[in-house]
Amino acid sequence: MNQIEVAHLRKRYPAFSLEDVQFSIPAGYITGFIGKNGMGKTTTIKSILSLIHYEGDIRFPAGAAPFSNQRIGVIMDDSFLAKDWNMHLVNQAMKIGYDNWEEDTFFRFLKRFRIDLGLKVKELSRGMKIKLMLAVALSHRAELLILDEPTSGLDPSMREEFAEILLEFMEEEGHTVLLSTHITQDLEAVADYIVFIDRGRIALSLEKEDFIRYFMILKGDGDAQAKLPADAILGRKSGKYGVELLVRRDALDAVPAGLTEDQVSLDRILVLYGREMA
Amino acid sequence: MKIVLLNGSSTPIYEQIMNAIKENVKNGTLSAEAQLPSVRQLSRELGISILTVKKAYDGLEAEGFIVVRQGLGTFVAPMDPNLLREEKQKEVEASLTHACQVAKTIDLGETELVALLQYIYEGDACNEPN
Repeated sequence: MNQIEVAHLRKRYPAFSLEDVQFSIPAGYITGFIGKNGMGKTTTIKSILSLIHYEGDIRFPAGAAPFSNQRIGVIMDDSFLAKDWNMHLVNQAMKIGYDNWEEDTFFRFLKRFRIDLGLKVKELSRGMKIKLMLAVALSHRAELLILDEPTSGLDPSMREEFAEILLEFMEEEGHTVLLSTHITQDLEAVADYIVFIDRGRIALSLEKEDFIRYFMILKGDGDAQAKLPADAILGRKSGKYGVELLVRRDALDAVPAGLTEDQVSLDRILVLYGREMA
Repeated sequence: MKIVLLNGSSTPIYEQIMNAIKENVKNGTLSAEAQLPSVRQLSRELGISILTVKKAYDGLEAEGFIVVRQGLGTFVAPMDPNLLREEKQKEVEASLTHACQVAKTIDLGETELVALLQYIYEGDACNEPN
C-alpha cells in the first residue's frame, strides 16, 4: 500500500522545471528523498502539500490526505509559526488549528528538547526551531511526516537524536515518513527506500539496499575508463593522478584492469552523479 | 540479548543481526520459545531501518531459528538439536576451508595438512574448554 503516489508532476519556473516526476511512497516506512540543492526536492514537496499549483496527479491511497487534512506533520524551511509567539501561544494556536492537538504531548516534547516555554519563536536557534517544528508535527496524531531538509544546520549529535525520534515515531505500524535531504549520512542507517531526484527528474527510486547496489564506484587510471561501455558511466571526477567513476553495476561484467572498486555511499552517488558528463 | 553492529564490517547489517541472534541462541542467552522484540522495536533500538531488521528476521525464519506467530509475535524456534549441530558443522567447514586455502598458498600438501590437523586435534589447545 502506498501512502503517496505522484504521477506526471510538472512545474515550470523560468530557470528550472520539474519534468514528469513520478514516484510512490510506501506506507509504513521511511523514504529518503535525495538530490543536490536546487534539483527539485522542495518544489516536489510543496506540490505534495498543495502549497503551490502544479500539473499532474498526486494521490494518497493509504488514507492520509492533502495538507488540509490533519494527518500530516510537516517541517519546512519557512516555518508557519509566527515569530513573536512564545511556546504557550504556539500551543494555543495549534489547539485551534489541529482537531487532534495533544497539549500534554507537545509540552513533553518541549521539555525533552529543553526549550524554555517563555522563549519566542524568533529567539530560537535554527536547531531549536527544527525541534519545535518536530514537537508540533508529533503532537497532533499525524500518521505521515513530510520533512523538508530538517537536519541541515543541526550538529551531529542533534541529527542522531532526530533519527532516534523518527524511529520512535515509526514504531507505530502504518506510520510513514518522507524526508528530503542533501545530508545523506542521516539516511544511510534509517531509510527504507530512496527516491533520487536530479535536475527536475526522478533519476532512480528503489529500496535503499538495492539503490546502493545499483551503483559501483571505480577508482584508478584515467585511461582505463575507455575499457568501460560508454553508457555504463554515470559520472566522473578526474584528477591529475587518477579518476573516480560512478558506474552502473549491471552494465559491466568485470572490473577492467587499472581500476579498483571502492565502497559506495549515498554521499558519493550525489557528488558524482552527472558530474563531467555534459 | 546482545547485538553489536559494526558499520565498517564487510558483512551486511542484516547478516550481522542474524549472526548476533543465532549467537544468542547458541550460547543460551535466548532460550527456545523466548519472545523477540518486534521488527519496529528492534529497528528503533538499533537505530537502523525497518526493512533491514525485517530482512534479518525473514532470513532467521527461513533457516528455522525463529517462528512468527500471527498476532502474537516472533519467538525463538523450539530447539532442534540437529539444526544447532548443522550450524556448528558449517562453522567447522568454513574454518577448514580457510585453512586449506592458506595451506595452498604455501604448497602445503594434503598429507602434511592432515597430519597437522591430527596433531592439533589431539593437542591441549583443542581439548581445553572454550
